[in-house]
Amino acid sequence: MNAPVTALASSTSRRQGAPRARRAVIALLGLATVALTLASVAIGYAPFDVPAACADLVAGRTTLPALVLWELRIPRALLGGLVGFSLGLTGAAMQGYLRNPLADPGILGISSAAALGAVIVFYGGLAASLSLALPLGGIAGAGVAALLLNALAARGSSTLGLILAGIGLSSLAGALTALALNLSPNPYAALEIVFWLMGSLSDRSLDHVLLCLPLMIVGWGLMLSTGPALDALTLGEDTAASLGIGLVSVRLRLVTGAALAVGSGVAVSGAIGFVGLAVPHLMRPLVGARPGASLLPSGLAGAVLVLAADIGVRLLATRPELKLGVVTALVGAPFLIVLLLQNRGRRA
Amino acid sequence: MSLAAHDVRVVLGGRTILSDIGLALERGRFVGLVGPNGAGKTTLLRVLAGLIAPVDGRVTLEGHALSGMSRDARARRVAALFQGAVIGWPMTVREIVALGRLPHRRAFAGLSEADETAIAQAMARTDVGHLADRTEPTLSSGERMRALLARALAVEAAWLLVDEPVTALDPAHQLDAMALLRAVSRDGAGVVAVLHDLALAARFCDRIVVLSGGRLVADGRPEEALTDALLARVFGVTAERGLAADGTRYILPWARSGITEESDGAIIPG
Repeated sequence: MNAPVTALASSTSRRQGAPRARRAVIALLGLATVALTLASVAIGYAPFDVPAACADLVAGRTTLPALVLWELRIPRALLGGLVGFSLGLTGAAMQGYLRNPLADPGILGISSAAALGAVIVFYGGLAASLSLALPLGGIAGAGVAALLLNALAARGSSTLGLILAGIGLSSLAGALTALALNLSPNPYAALEIVFWLMGSLSDRSLDHVLLCLPLMIVGWGLMLSTGPALDALTLGEDTAASLGIGLVSVRLRLVTGAALAVGSGVAVSGAIGFVGLAVPHLMRPLVGARPGASLLPSGLAGAVLVLAADIGVRLLATRPELKLGVVTALVGAPFLIVLLLQNRGRRA
Repeated sequence: MSLAAHDVRVVLGGRTILSDIGLALERGRFVGLVGPNGAGKTTLLRVLAGLIAPVDGRVTLEGHALSGMSRDARARRVAALFQGAVIGWPMTVREIVALGRLPHRRAFAGLSEADETAIAQAMARTDVGHLADRTEPTLSSGERMRALLARALAVEAAWLLVDEPVTALDPAHQLDAMALLRAVSRDGAGVVAVLHDLALAARFCDRIVVLSGGRLVADGRPEEALTDALLARVFGVTAERGLAADGTRYILPWARSGITEESDGAIIPG
């Protein structure tokens, strides 16, 4: 090795700035997630003495504040973080994999299929008899979608084939959901379905958390494991394969991971849009464009965003309460338009 | 120390792309893979890289079947740079070159000292060190090609397979890239490049392999492989040959074979 190369090597090791900035972003977002989870527990419609409720809860006294804390506030705060992380992470993974900045967590049709599963349960009247019937229906819907997509992915179909299958699946599930609404026996049932579809975290229980948590953790693990593969895929499938990436394995991990994380998320919260689409765009200027680098930060930023939006929903105190999905879309859409315009300006 | 194809036949989408390919490549040599469009050059490169499994025959690396190796082991030994490789996200040049170290890295591990050295060396070799922090959209095609070549070199593989490395480059960078590939082969790697420019191929390569219609039709030193008869039959061209001022022989495709200058002129309107 000659002198210029040594100089280069030392200059590159000095420039570990990018990973350090990324670590700082991750640490800050992690702190923000914890802080907002605590804030989400503390903030609600009724004035609420959190320390007293905690004390009652720890002491095992089943007072009303302890019940409110355990049955309502804590599940809502936890779900906000979990669903947000799932949406942000899946959005970043899908955009990275499909090399498409407009991909969102629902691009493979998993969200629509989960929504359809929940709507079928709603429609069948099972929701009234069992509180977890709705999320279970949603998870079943996502599961069917994941099986279909995996069958396709395992046959080695192209990325484009996977997107087209997702669009087809999405449209079909949307059409069937519309059919259920159309045939709904009374307008109130239809209204209830529409409201549920708008996405919300209110009145969820710890059972919801326990139902989706294990699925989400497995899904996150699968998607986070594809980081290096997503980096390599930036140079195309042939080059990635020549770098030792198993293309079919990556596809299966992503489809299954997205189905577990987003499917169970939609199943417990309904559809919360724009988080998964917008968050990776927010993170890229901070952590760089490398797809693998934006996975974890996007997940954390998603959690921050959903927790903040859910706190906002409660602080706004409109009646009826604004649905979370409506708020994220209202905030997210203009933001995305500004981002795209800025981007275009930079390219031109 | 060889990468070899034994009676390889490849069928893609029901069409036979390659048949009866027998080829033994050695390290330390720069091999040019030439042939008209659609001859199967890129497919042969993908077969040699282990990305496509032949329906008949097999590919061996140092005597072992390529298909029997783990993906990482294969990726550490055979690096490939494909034609039209796009860069999907505006990553920095350094991040792109670092991708070449993926086969060497354990899951979730950072870059090791050896990785850093390999990256720096590869960037210095292709002269992209000053571009390290630039992102893809701001690079010229020549700079992009050199960054991608640095990525392939960073693998530090015993074999380097390159698909049309000089197509998008200006003459100076074409000569640089060819000289670099030859230098890499002199350092002990086996280099195989798909080339369209017969003049560059003949000037820089130690050995020329000619494909036509999915078959191997010539194989040898440039002057042995690229005979007038072969150029007329396979490429449909005639060539000017001569001795350059520095004493090396050159070959320059000059006219379509069987078409005279008069009929050439007749195509031009006016």
